[in-house]
Amino acid sequence: MKVIVDQHKCVASGQCVLTAPEVFDQREEDGIVVLLTETPPDHLMDDTRQAAILCPAQAIWVAEQEKQEGEQ
Amino acid sequence: MKRIVIVGVSAAGLTAAETLRRRGWDGHLTLIGDEPHPPYDRPPLSKQILTGDWPAERAVLRSPQDLARLEADLHLGQPATALDVAGRRVHLGGGESIGFDGLIIATGVVPRRLPGSDLAGVHVLRTLDDALALRAALLTGPRVVVVGAGFLGTEVAAAARTMGLEVTVVEPEPVPVRRPFGERIGALVADLHRAHGTRLRCGIPARRLRSAGGRVTGVELGDGTALPADLVVLALGATPATGWLTGSGLRLADGVVCDACCRAAPGIYAAGDVASWPNPHFGTRIRLEHRMNATEQAIAAAGNLLGDATPFAPVPYFWTDQYDTKIQAYGVFPPDADLRVISGDPSNGRFTAAYGHQGVVVGVLGWNAPRELRTLRRLVVERARWTAVTDAGPCPPPTVDRWWQSTRPRTLGVHS
Ligand SMILES: Cc1cc2nc3c(=O)[nH]c(=O)nc-3n(C[C@H](O)[C@H](O)[C@H](O)COP(=O)(O)OP(=O)(O)OC[C@H]3O[C@@H](n4cnc5c(N)ncnc54)[C@H](O)[C@@H]3O)c2cc1C
Ligand code: SF4
Repeated sequence: MKVIVDQHKCVASGQCVLTAPEVFDQREEDGIVVLLTETPPDHLMDDTRQAAILCPAQAIWVAEQEKQEGEQ
Repeated sequence: MKRIVIVGVSAAGLTAAETLRRRGWDGHLTLIGDEPHPPYDRPPLSKQILTGDWPAERAVLRSPQDLARLEADLHLGQPATALDVAGRRVHLGGGESIGFDGLIIATGVVPRRLPGSDLAGVHVLRTLDDALALRAALLTGPRVVVVGAGFLGTEVAAAARTMGLEVTVVEPEPVPVRRPFGERIGALVADLHRAHGTRLRCGIPARRLRSAGGRVTGVELGDGTALPADLVVLALGATPATGWLTGSGLRLADGVVCDACCRAAPGIYAAGDVASWPNPHFGTRIRLEHRMNATEQAIAAAGNLLGDATPFAPVPYFWTDQYDTKIQAYGVFPPDADLRVISGDPSNGRFTAAYGHQGVVVGVLGWNAPRELRTLRRLVVERARWTAVTDAGPCPPPTVDRWWQSTRPRTLGVHS
């Protein structure tokens, strides 16, 4: 699993940090998302996916490794 | 349950569909939406799309591949016109009807209008087409009057002013955004707009539109004065899109009336702007027009349709962008709530505040303070005692000040 964020879409809602604090943080000055790790460990996958779903700006993408391999 | 129909294919409808599939439900799924476009997001419409910062494609919610992965029958550009609850069928505009075992209603809201609003030069803003039409008209350099100073009206005014236009906002309440956020925050929003050269006429209702030759020429106010205008944006709030449910037997009263689990009738659920439900966390019936709620409620409604039977009890979240100021809020904001600044200082443009009602914290608001606000959310989640906030020491009341003129560089066009 690989996580991608779009800081230009982010509206600084902090929902990602509330959902997966080990994966996301917010910049101090304007609250824009900061990705702490592009490849979260297995036990954080569900929280990370949930953060992508809840983000009100659709600024988080989760690229699923399995699917990419399956599609190739 | 073999067949599920979702009516309304925007934030809530799309999320409901994805939730069903993610939960492993593999029955026959039909999505019905009256807009011709693939699903897109609305918050950017009054912001980046209006100012031209983003091309329209950036607001699209899903790639064609992601939509295809839903394995749903997608009816776009086709309204649902009636619901037969007993016969378990949704009727479409073209005469076709579709049967279901489960139904999710996610039809959102439609803008209110004024009599005579079919004049040329009069706009509302709800859809992508509305936004593109409004942007094209703004580019001709009109004198703009925005009727209504709620979130939408104030955002549109800010966007138009950022484009260098002459903008006046008319509002019957004494300050903008008073109903959601109260007098004092409203006064701060008023001053933010004035500092950017947007004119406000608050405390006077708009009486009617003036026109000549089928084109709007101005807005007449309650006191008889008239504001000349080449372009008028009506931002008067919105009403739930439930016209197609008239006569269905579902209870309609400011939206689809649902129980705590977002259920309107057996096997029929509602989510997003159209749904009204008793929120167990606050003990009141609410209907929210917030982007975050569309997602959260759709997840809850879809889960409950699949059998979760879990009451939907979120702490609502909302944000609005006005010029370069971001206002964010968690909770609910009763008109008679107390307000208290918790951190920062309204006079330098960055603060957080709490709202107390009947002895508990019911809402928190952040003004350019996203991270601090996030940490304060727990006050609402935990229903903290209001005395815990008021005993924390003296706090300065929000004062109206012109801090933004000195602290932030302006990039606005010259106001003639
Ligand atoms: C310009 C604008 C800016 C906003 N900015 C913010 C913001 O900054 N922050 C925030 O929190 N919220 C904001 N919102 C609110 C947020 O966008 C909404 O809460 C959210 O879009 C609600 O999603 P929904 O799916 O419930 O309804 P909608 O997005 O309204 O979707 C309903 C869909 O159903 C369709 N439909 C209606 N009737 C029928 C029918 N009979 N048959 C078939 N289809 C039908 C509609 O055409 C529409 O496509 C904004 C809204 C607008 C319009
Ligand atoms: S949830 Fe989305 S909008 Fe909110 S801070 Fe995270 S990335 Fe930004």
